[in-house]
Amino acid sequence: MTHANLGQIAYARSGDKGEGSNVGVIARSEAAYEFLRTFLTEAVVREHFKGINHGGVRRFEAPNMGVLNFLLEDSLGGGGSASLKTDAQGKTHGLALLRMELDVPDEVLKSVGS
Amino acid sequence: MKSKDKVLIANGQGFWGDSILGPVRLIEEGPLDYLTLDYLAEVTMSIMQKLKTRDPSKGYATDFVTLLDRVLPKAMERGVKIVANAGGVNPMACKDAVLEVVRKHGLEGVKVAVVEGDDILGGLDGLMEGGEAFTNMDTGAPLAPVRDQVTSANVYLGAFPIAEALNQGADIVITGRGTDPGLVIGPLIHEFGWTEEDLDQLAAGTVAGHILECGAQCTGGNYTDWKSIENMAMIGYPIVEACPDGTFTVTKHEGTGGRVSRDTVVHQLSYEMGDPANYITPDVVADFTSFQLHDQGNNRVRISGVKGAPATPTYKVSMSFQDGWKSVGQLTISGPDALAKARLASEIVWDRLKYDGFEYSADERLVEFVGANVCHEGVAVPGSEEPTEVVLRLGVKGPDRAKVNRFGSELVPLVTSGPPGVTGFAGGRPKATEIIGYWPALLDKTKVRSTVSVHELQPGGPS
Repeated sequence: MTHANLGQIAYARSGDKGEGSNVGVIARSEAAYEFLRTFLTEAVVREHFKGINHGGVRRFEAPNMGVLNFLLEDSLGGGGSASLKTDAQGKTHGLALLRMELDVPDEVLKSVGS
Repeated sequence: MKSKDKVLIANGQGFWGDSILGPVRLIEEGPLDYLTLDYLAEVTMSIMQKLKTRDPSKGYATDFVTLLDRVLPKAMERGVKIVANAGGVNPMACKDAVLEVVRKHGLEGVKVAVVEGDDILGGLDGLMEGGEAFTNMDTGAPLAPVRDQVTSANVYLGAFPIAEALNQGADIVITGRGTDPGLVIGPLIHEFGWTEEDLDQLAAGTVAGHILECGAQCTGGNYTDWKSIENMAMIGYPIVEACPDGTFTVTKHEGTGGRVSRDTVVHQLSYEMGDPANYITPDVVADFTSFQLHDQGNNRVRISGVKGAPATPTYKVSMSFQDGWKSVGQLTISGPDALAKARLASEIVWDRLKYDGFEYSADERLVEFVGANVCHEGVAVPGSEEPTEVVLRLGVKGPDRAKVNRFGSELVPLVTSGPPGVTGFAGGRPKATEIIGYWPALLDKTKVRSTVSVHELQPGGPS
């Protein structure tokens, strides 16, 4: 195990979805996807975003793309035109998730070439 | 008519406000059959409705007319057909403006089609009297209590009316509200003769449309490993090479900047995604977990195996309604002690407003210190070093316009009656603007009729 940032083994993209945002986590390798499918649960993501998201978190899997898709249900301060926040559309939430620090198995790190 | 074995479709506009260089370069820099342009977001429809109320000849995306003035002769010379949802809430007025461009450039014979039927604002009361509750899909609330605040109401039409317009010989198709992928699926239905039963092909068109719909977001724009993207200034906008069996390849014109790889394409596939196994459109329910991606190198990614399920019996309705007022303003505060001074300045504003009888609850106000971890609150660990400057950003919202406006007049006075180093007030006093609420609902497809009309320049005036 090596201490790393999520960004070393995954990419991410995020955007608005009603009053919440979606964060697509894209694994950088198949081994990284299998590891994240176990590690990156709804509970772990909810805890990570507790300063931003005031609702629940739901996860969907798309193994063909190596994607775990997370819906943060109340993360935009009202959403759409009602939000006063700078990031009213959750455009930066993907990068916020990639800041997560975690212990990664060495074979997973090796599989992404880092 | 023998159908082609390959059709090239590009998207040159991801939203109203995207760069004009995308579509201009797509027409100039390589082969293309169709150029699609996406101008509409939920809030856009409400803004357009307001413009139309003030002036019956407005209410569409005027950027589209500006673009056509620049590219139409070349597009017609190269045989590129154009499909755009630029019609907004007034597609006929958009058509008139487009025919004026046709006249200006002496391009008689260009056929301009209009798809209508999405705008149900005029028929809303009749539908409600007929028993439609327009229950909010997110909250479960009925529409009736907010009916008087509704400012726009449109169904998301599917791709078949667009295909019908092309079947009738249109060179340019103008629509109002429709699904974004429909702009791409319509030409494919027209070219390949797909029907409502060709679910896997329609689903493949939906995936292709989703990849294209945000322009350069699938060619290296907004990409995690941004340092690895070359020539972002001249980024290539995306093109799909589609085949009759529903397989397609994502690419971009040779020599353009950016990159098309498995990773850049999957970035866009993840964007605005809900349940990937059930991507609902009026034409098909596409399964985004069904297909395979093949990175072929040289900026080419092939997608095959997309599966689709039958469409639902309803259209999605997008309504907007007047939902109160908001006001946001900002000032820049230099160091030393930038953050401490910004905190004090913010307290001063709320205290002065309170003195004058205006209090805003925690839900009604916002304080941000931009430069000190606004975007990643609770996630990023701020450094120990004091920021050399911060932007103090304050906002309020609520149902009372006068109360929201009162806030704006206490921001700029900080320059002379607050801590030192307060600047950046050139924008002046922030004013209350309308909050446009979004109301998603469903409507039985049998309650909606879409129409297609084709227009040509007539001697003496637009048809």
